Amino acid sequence: MLRFLLRRLLIAVPTLLVIATLAFMLLHLTPGGPFDSDKVLVPQIQHAIEARYHLDEPVWRQYARYLGELARGDFGPSFQYRNTSVNELIAQGLPVDATIGAVAMLLALALGCTAGFIAATRPGSWRDRLPMGVAMLGISLPVFVTAPLLILVFAMRLHWLPAGDWVAGSWRHVLLPAVALALPYTAYIARIVRSAAIDALAQPYIRGARAKGLPPRLVVLRHALRPTLMPLVSFLGPALAGVLTGSIVVEQVFGLPGIGHLFVTGALNRDYTVVTGITVLYGALIIGLNLLVDLCYAWLDPRVRARA
Amino acid sequence: MSGATAGPADGPWRRCARRLRARPGAVAAAALLALIAAAAVLVPMLSPFDFATPSWTEIFRAPALRGGHLFGTDSLGRDLLVRVMWGCRISLLVGIAASLISVVIGAAWGAVAGFVGGRVDGTLMRIVDVLYTVPFIPFVIVLEVLFGRHFLMVFIAIGAVSWLDIARIVRGQTLSIREHEYIDAARALGVRTGAMIWRHVLPNLGGLVAVYATLAIPGIILFEALLSFLGLGVHAPLASLGSLVAEGANEMQANPYLLVIPATFLAAIILCLNRLGDALRDALDPRHEQGRHD
Amino acid sequence: MTEAREPLLQLRSLGVRFGRDGRELRPVDGVDLELRERECLGVVGESGSGKTQLLLALLGLSPPGARLSGSIRYRGEELVAAPRARLEAIRGRRIAIVFQDPLGALNPFLTIGTQLTEGARRHLGLGRRAARARAAALLATVQIDAPAERLRSYPHELSGGMRQRVLIAMALMCDPEILLLDEPTTALDVTVQAQVLELLRGLRERSGVASVFVTHDLGALASMADRIAVMYAGRLIELAPAAALYAAPLHPYTAGLLRSLPRLDVPPPARLPSIPGQPPDLAGLPAGCAFAPRCPLAHERCGTVPALRAVAGARALACHFTGTATQVDAAWSPP
Repeated sequence: MLRFLLRRLLIAVPTLLVIATLAFMLLHLTPGGPFDSDKVLVPQIQHAIEARYHLDEPVWRQYARYLGELARGDFGPSFQYRNTSVNELIAQGLPVDATIGAVAMLLALALGCTAGFIAATRPGSWRDRLPMGVAMLGISLPVFVTAPLLILVFAMRLHWLPAGDWVAGSWRHVLLPAVALALPYTAYIARIVRSAAIDALAQPYIRGARAKGLPPRLVVLRHALRPTLMPLVSFLGPALAGVLTGSIVVEQVFGLPGIGHLFVTGALNRDYTVVTGITVLYGALIIGLNLLVDLCYAWLDPRVRARA
Repeated sequence: MSGATAGPADGPWRRCARRLRARPGAVAAAALLALIAAAAVLVPMLSPFDFATPSWTEIFRAPALRGGHLFGTDSLGRDLLVRVMWGCRISLLVGIAASLISVVIGAAWGAVAGFVGGRVDGTLMRIVDVLYTVPFIPFVIVLEVLFGRHFLMVFIAIGAVSWLDIARIVRGQTLSIREHEYIDAARALGVRTGAMIWRHVLPNLGGLVAVYATLAIPGIILFEALLSFLGLGVHAPLASLGSLVAEGANEMQANPYLLVIPATFLAAIILCLNRLGDALRDALDPRHEQGRHD
Repeated sequence: MTEAREPLLQLRSLGVRFGRDGRELRPVDGVDLELRERECLGVVGESGSGKTQLLLALLGLSPPGARLSGSIRYRGEELVAAPRARLEAIRGRRIAIVFQDPLGALNPFLTIGTQLTEGARRHLGLGRRAARARAAALLATVQIDAPAERLRSYPHELSGGMRQRVLIAMALMCDPEILLLDEPTTALDVTVQAQVLELLRGLRERSGVASVFVTHDLGALASMADRIAVMYAGRLIELAPAAALYAAPLHPYTAGLLRSLPRLDVPPPARLPSIPGQPPDLAGLPAGCAFAPRCPLAHERCGTVPALRAVAGARALACHFTGTATQVDAAWSPP
């Protein structure tokens, strides 16, 4: 197991390096710099700014500096927001996304797993068709459609919840964005759990368990649960990464100060460090979560453990 | 003993068509989709209104059966029906085109990797693995923002990112095809690798690729809609369903129809495609025999 | 001669049906059978003869969509359509089954120990340690080395023969009265088969458990069964004490099966005899006797289904031919 972990970590480092390099190259090779604004700057000030941000150095040296700072976990200073480092910006934005993401995922898991399992116990019946029909709808409606609709109904017409903004510690501001974010994931999870549970329940060892006189609840919980969890776990890895780093759309629609929004404005304003920083962060998250997924696999399935 | 061509090629297709026809949900989805596509093509041609011309006397008209504007008008007095139809055109166009691009790239990549094997396979798939880890939404957004907002960019960006899944699946399928005996036979006859891939591997991938291409389209359409929603897709005054939803969201407090109508069309297209894709996948799956149960 | 013992299991006109009228399959069609205490009843038939469905019906484990008719009485208690709780109390505790495919019947995600002990913990209320001790003891009985350590193994870590023995141990955990064996040796190598059969013989002698041994291999039953029932296309066609069956089969099918077994005591023939034709397709059975298309003694009257009738020597036979075993055997010899 330990060797397995080490091997994966070893692969993770160069992958992260590639991502960081790609991000760096992309920004530096494109026309336009961070300070090409409409204001025309006096040459000396221009030089001073460039010197401060090391933009006057040759590219390869900027790259080396960049990698060095990354290794220390420093994403550098932001170009848009003077005197603020990217780390600080991320630290402000990430909790917003993390909260909403976590709530959304919990909702999605609770509802999705239940619906999926119930559907799997009687495939073909209305207990199956109804939730799966709704799930199909959930997959087909993008967040940027459901979010405004939710605001329209619950905030503007019914006045139950606020229409947006972020007030730290207020659950009412978390609810609507979390629900909007959760909907497609709920649908995916329900479908995955249903299909996995149907497969698991069709296995011959389920019949073997029943033949020992075990009651259905025990058969399902002890014998069918683990094989059902496996496809769910592999879905959750990348899904969690996406949810936690914030849905750009949800942030935009609800006016939330998260890092997705930070990213888009950073790209629009050529804020190199913000863009590369968030890209690397996201990449690291995905790699980390994938690793977690593989560990879960090994924990769930002894045959995987044997091969590792 | 039938020849290599009479094997997997026609049997599954006919069976598939039969199974598809038997499922009313799939048939309805296909019909609705065809209807929307037809409307998207015909309505802008037949309508007296144009999607771009503003009309200051006609702004914010509610949808009405009479009075000329079936779906009403938007903040600039432009007819919503025509704009929504244009939006459908663009969504469907981008979906199909980008899907084709990713299928071509992905299938070629995967087929070569799976068939040639060894180091080549290892390298090609390692590249895929790394690219998988690159967070593609931010990546495409960056591409879009930095390289300009040519409509072509949208195609390329989306298509270039979606080929990874297809590459993996095609590689897996190619690996199993390679084990079939007719490959050995062809090799014994001295057929070259390139010709073998073209003549034997690719035709047998047909069904699988068709399914995944269809399943990829809704995701692509949604992605384009997302980009347009964020302002990174089509240029104004061109309308994509995504940009129409964005405009509608801005006005929804007073004029909800501006949001609801494009949203409904987008949802309908995606729903139908998903339904069809699911049905197609079930129909081509040899395990899925309906009716006979022991 | 058999003493009159109270039958443990009594099957009367047991039928298992799938599908709708018009396209109905009957893997078990009107079977009358009894299992007595301490007896080993062999059930022989080709694949598709309904043997496995018979066993599943006994436990109420028929696949969804199956309809049962007739009666199954266990110690006088009716099992067909019995409430689920009652069936669950019987399964594993009084009637236990050893399935055919050991890799399929064991859950790859759970240890052997968990799978061995869960039945006993539920039915006998044993605590964890007591159950594991019992499991280890049984593993020793089925000749598995280092039983206590084996409890922590996973199914994929064992060989095929060991897995089959684990299944046997699993079935014995709650000391059942009846052991159902569904082709326990089919998936094994020949040498391992012999070991497992030896094991089963020993177990039977020691514990006196009654068993139903289902197989397509008449050779395996030779040293095991007290009585043998032969099934064809879901119907019971012959029933006899084992010795009598092997010595003088009365049904042409049984005779054909025996002739196709290679023997040690005579020099092998140039070609191994086999029964012509294909095993019956349950969806397309002929109107009368199902074996008629392949039978060397087929006759006009075989257009009606022969009823099971009693024959001297505690035997039963479902065949229109009323001649001797010698005549039946002769019918198979080449002209």
